Amino acid sequence: MSIMGTRVLRTEDPRLLTGGGVYVDDLRLPELTWAAFATFVRSPMAHALITGIDAAAARDLPGVVAVITAADLPAAKGPTSEPLLAADRVRYVGEAVALVLTEERYQGEDAAELVSVDYEPLTPVPAVGAALRDEVLLFPASESNVVQTGTAGNCDDASFAGCDVVIERTIVNQRVAPVPLEGRAGAASWADGRLTVWCSTQNAQIARDTIARKLGLDSEIIRVVAPDVGGGFGAKVGIDRDVVCVAAAAHRTGRPVRWSEARSENLLGMVHGRAQQQSYKIGGTRDGHILAYHLDIVQDAGGYPRVGASLPSLTAQMATGVYDIPDVGADYRSVVTNTTPVAAYRGVGRPEATAAIERAVDDFAAEIGMDPAQVRRRNLVAPEKFPFTTPTGAVYDTGEYAAALDKVLAAVGYAGLRAEQARRRERGDTLQLGLGLSCYVEITAGDATDGETARLVVDGSGSATVYTGSSAQGQGHHTAWAMLVQDELGIPMDRVTVIHGDTDAIPVAVGTYGSRSLQLGGTAVYKAAAEVKDKARRVAAGMIEASEADLELDLGRGAWQVRGDPATGLSWAQVAQQAGPDGLTADVEFKASQPTFPFGAHVSVVEVDTETGKATLLRHVTVDDAGNIVNPVLTEGQRHGGIAQGAAQALLEEVRYDDDGNPLTSTLADYAAITADVLPSFELITMETPTNVNPLGVKGIGEAGTIGSTPAVQNAVIDAVSYLGVRHIDMPATPERVWAAIGEARAEQ
Amino acid sequence: MKVSIRVNGAEVVADVEDRLLLAHFVREVAGLTATNIGCDTTSCGACTVLLDGESVKSCTVLAAQADGREITTIEGLAGPDGQWHPVQRAFHAEHGLQCGFCTPGMVMATVSLLAENPDPTEEQVRVGLEGNLCRCTGYHNIVRAVLAAAREGQGGAAPAARAQPERQAS
Amino acid sequence: MIPASFEYQRAGSADEALVLAAEAGEDAKFLAGGHSLLPLMKLRFAVPEMLIDIGRLQELSYIRDEGDVIAVGALTRHHDLEHSGLLARELPLLACAAGCVGDPQVRHLGTIGGSLAHGDPASDLPAVVLALDAMLVIRGPSGSREVGAGEFFAGLFETALQPGELLTEIRIPKPAAPGWSFQKFTKRAIDWAIVGVALQGQQVALVNMASTPMRAAGVEQALAAGASAEQAAAHAAEGTNPVSDINASAAYREHLARVLVGRALAEARDRG
Repeated sequence: MSIMGTRVLRTEDPRLLTGGGVYVDDLRLPELTWAAFATFVRSPMAHALITGIDAAAARDLPGVVAVITAADLPAAKGPTSEPLLAADRVRYVGEAVALVLTEERYQGEDAAELVSVDYEPLTPVPAVGAALRDEVLLFPASESNVVQTGTAGNCDDASFAGCDVVIERTIVNQRVAPVPLEGRAGAASWADGRLTVWCSTQNAQIARDTIARKLGLDSEIIRVVAPDVGGGFGAKVGIDRDVVCVAAAAHRTGRPVRWSEARSENLLGMVHGRAQQQSYKIGGTRDGHILAYHLDIVQDAGGYPRVGASLPSLTAQMATGVYDIPDVGADYRSVVTNTTPVAAYRGVGRPEATAAIERAVDDFAAEIGMDPAQVRRRNLVAPEKFPFTTPTGAVYDTGEYAAALDKVLAAVGYAGLRAEQARRRERGDTLQLGLGLSCYVEITAGDATDGETARLVVDGSGSATVYTGSSAQGQGHHTAWAMLVQDELGIPMDRVTVIHGDTDAIPVAVGTYGSRSLQLGGTAVYKAAAEVKDKARRVAAGMIEASEADLELDLGRGAWQVRGDPATGLSWAQVAQQAGPDGLTADVEFKASQPTFPFGAHVSVVEVDTETGKATLLRHVTVDDAGNIVNPVLTEGQRHGGIAQGAAQALLEEVRYDDDGNPLTSTLADYAAITADVLPSFELITMETPTNVNPLGVKGIGEAGTIGSTPAVQNAVIDAVSYLGVRHIDMPATPERVWAAIGEARAEQ
Repeated sequence: MKVSIRVNGAEVVADVEDRLLLAHFVREVAGLTATNIGCDTTSCGACTVLLDGESVKSCTVLAAQADGREITTIEGLAGPDGQWHPVQRAFHAEHGLQCGFCTPGMVMATVSLLAENPDPTEEQVRVGLEGNLCRCTGYHNIVRAVLAAAREGQGGAAPAARAQPERQAS
Repeated sequence: MIPASFEYQRAGSADEALVLAAEAGEDAKFLAGGHSLLPLMKLRFAVPEMLIDIGRLQELSYIRDEGDVIAVGALTRHHDLEHSGLLARELPLLACAAGCVGDPQVRHLGTIGGSLAHGDPASDLPAVVLALDAMLVIRGPSGSREVGAGEFFAGLFETALQPGELLTEIRIPKPAAPGWSFQKFTKRAIDWAIVGVALQGQQVALVNMASTPMRAAGVEQALAAGASAEQAAAHAAEGTNPVSDINASAAYREHLARVLVGRALAEARDRG
């Protein structure tokens, strides 16, 4: 029986549960024995000129190996590029200005305190509104703080002409912090003309190339190793400038250097996510048909334009969601502000798209007095329309949107809950029930044509080693890839070793982001296994002196034999030995023709205390369809984690700055990362609509849970108090925000 | 100052800075790196160990405060023959970990929770883990793991200290 | 993340602690459970030059029935208060509140004395001892003195403790009225109270509504004059001065105070 689709516990666990994972700060390698500890000096100013750095007192402190400033490092290349260390100007609180190297870890902060930096304050521009006025430019060489613009779709004013109802609203998709439990970390050693960098990264190969570019080195002399990584969520794509700085310090001083950031550094220095202001305009008929939808986006890019500046292009591309709306358009501007740079965080532009349209659809439903589930049903893309090209340029491969909605509504008991809601409203209960829907589609492996690599080796002992381009931070790739090998070759999982994240072992790869790993990396493993199988068949045929057509691979025994004649069986070890000293190998680079589009529907049930405004998440039910499921255990784990981060944005989390750009949420005491006590257990419904884009029929699940959950939770909170006249509450829907919304609505009546 | 702390049954004696945090004592003096540090405001719980059998956040304890006392980390949970503790078994069986960074602290917090409340409700588990953050799992399977360990009925027993020679750390 | 350097001394007795403190002067702080002090030191908001560890003074960890009064040693841990059978019977308000402090790990080390001495109006136990009309026993080089809870909390992170003085005991009169309630409003269980209410009988104290814990005088007066719970709760924000911060505005806090006092009175009535 095939192992595919069965529940298999993780091969990664035993090590993690006994000796613990080995993250960067745990490395105890000979190369790092003499490593100096790195501590950054960071700007306390949001916007300032640096007029002087005096490190004399720091350098005099016993144990200080070096104090490095921008003058010691290669300069930034482009006009809006980030320097490794701020040279003449800082653009956000937390930007690194100097790097102190000490013999002992505990000397680091002592020394950093002694580095004296003179700042000449500039007017801070922490908010997009002020930044857009271009009165104060973050990059004086540029004409504007707007660093990127774009447009998509076919929607203009005329599109709304035939609408009975048109609603416009400006909403916020707030800035959040990724908060992986392990922050940024890196260690570097320069020895024998090679630079080795251990980095908490999702993409060792990209990190290598970035280091090469920023330090002006040949990438061939650089080795990057990703050890265990304590969570990434997009925030550890490639390599952060602070880690490149650590590598530069090692290169420059000839001394190995190691760094792992404190959490308060992380909340300022690791990229933030989301941070869009959105204005939607939605129009349709009174019987519930949506005719036009336009989304205007102002993206807060933070102090330097990174991936964040481009996020809204993905938002624009996915703006239409699961709906068959004739006219859809999006426009965006990305603007720099004196805040932490924004980049990828679970969903990367797509949660923003879904949150906007799902809010807009509920808004429209409220306006025409129709149940939000019914409005959705009326507008979903019908199954026979796939592949479906949207007005904003996405081509959805497969989808069963109505089926997903029906399943989730049945599972939650929608009609019964609406009845209960009605009863509570009738009674005027303090605790009101809210139901929130979200139907979503999302794009995974957006860079499908960049593909992924896999090398598979079956050696003379009959064991298999997979060298995968994918790079896990907890997703369970090793388990899944071992399953693929076992399923294809009959080599048991416990004889399959998976290696990732080492550029010496795997020089060519893209790595993990955008929920690409299973469909690209997994397919590459599958194809490599198929190739090994073909090679083995040829070799075995020669050994048995039979024709290839007469041979079969007995998967249960892992043996090559003449069909139906086990006595002729050859083990993988025997065949591999016969193949040659390198055993049986295959190198595959799999490029898919296009991305895939998982989809789903979430229903959130919340209870709102109308006296305090506090919303409690009672139930969260989801359908998340990412095609064929390789291992339900892993898929469920991704869905759970995604739901939690999505609910966190809807209810609790927000990065905040004051008017001068001073961060207000720079510790975990102030940034309300979601905890177990505010979440329920989730109810997951299984649905598999395969894709034909790859032979496994799989799409990506890593971000779907987050994309689907945020709007459902937000909609539920608003739904709970909509009978009081509330039409919208911005995220996070904190108790005070809900209370204030109730008060405003009551005042209007 | 000199401290002597029994870590997973083995005496670790060292001369340390007065300000050395217990978390760093465990990681760097005792050389046990499973226990991780995830924050600087006593919020995340990744550094949770047992101090005389009770969960504490080792980042907010001085090594000096633990002098002469007993520390248990996840590395000390398995039995002398390597047999897993029920909580380790449950976390594996219920897929209660993904990246693994919060896991040692989460497991030790669980051991302590079950020692004090061997048959908790789901709500008690969720509130009982209020001091432990996880970013990967959404807590769903962690809660299942704790309840599974409770069901196994032995989740609360603190592991027997193993007799090991005193080790001088430099 | 790492505290600035300091010298560590461990006191073998309360007397020794006082001597060490007298010698060290203002640059020394007592270390009990360390869960108010060490977090400040790790962020370098506090940089004492010496810590005098009193955490092992078992003689100061007790909960005793002394007839009319429950005597609680200052070094009694929150965990022990939470699980005390004696407190469950005589002072359930204290047991309940202690079980809400921080999280289980914090409660295994943090002490009532450490929490009270820290003087944070957002902490739970200061309001509780205020609602219970506790007497706080302070020991100094020249002997002991008693200070009422109402006088103990002087300002934001300021108490009646003078340098070199040690809080040794909290003496709580057994309440006449049995009804009690502890309301702690947070977004997550681990958070400090956005607003909290500690109520015993008709004595009502507020958490995080001013720079110190405070009694809700308007509520108490209304109750004494025979007002209903609902009428009395309407006075909850009188005389308060809550801050506006990232967790809540002052206006919302005032609203919460009214709601929570109302709920506390209802719950106390059900228990009484």
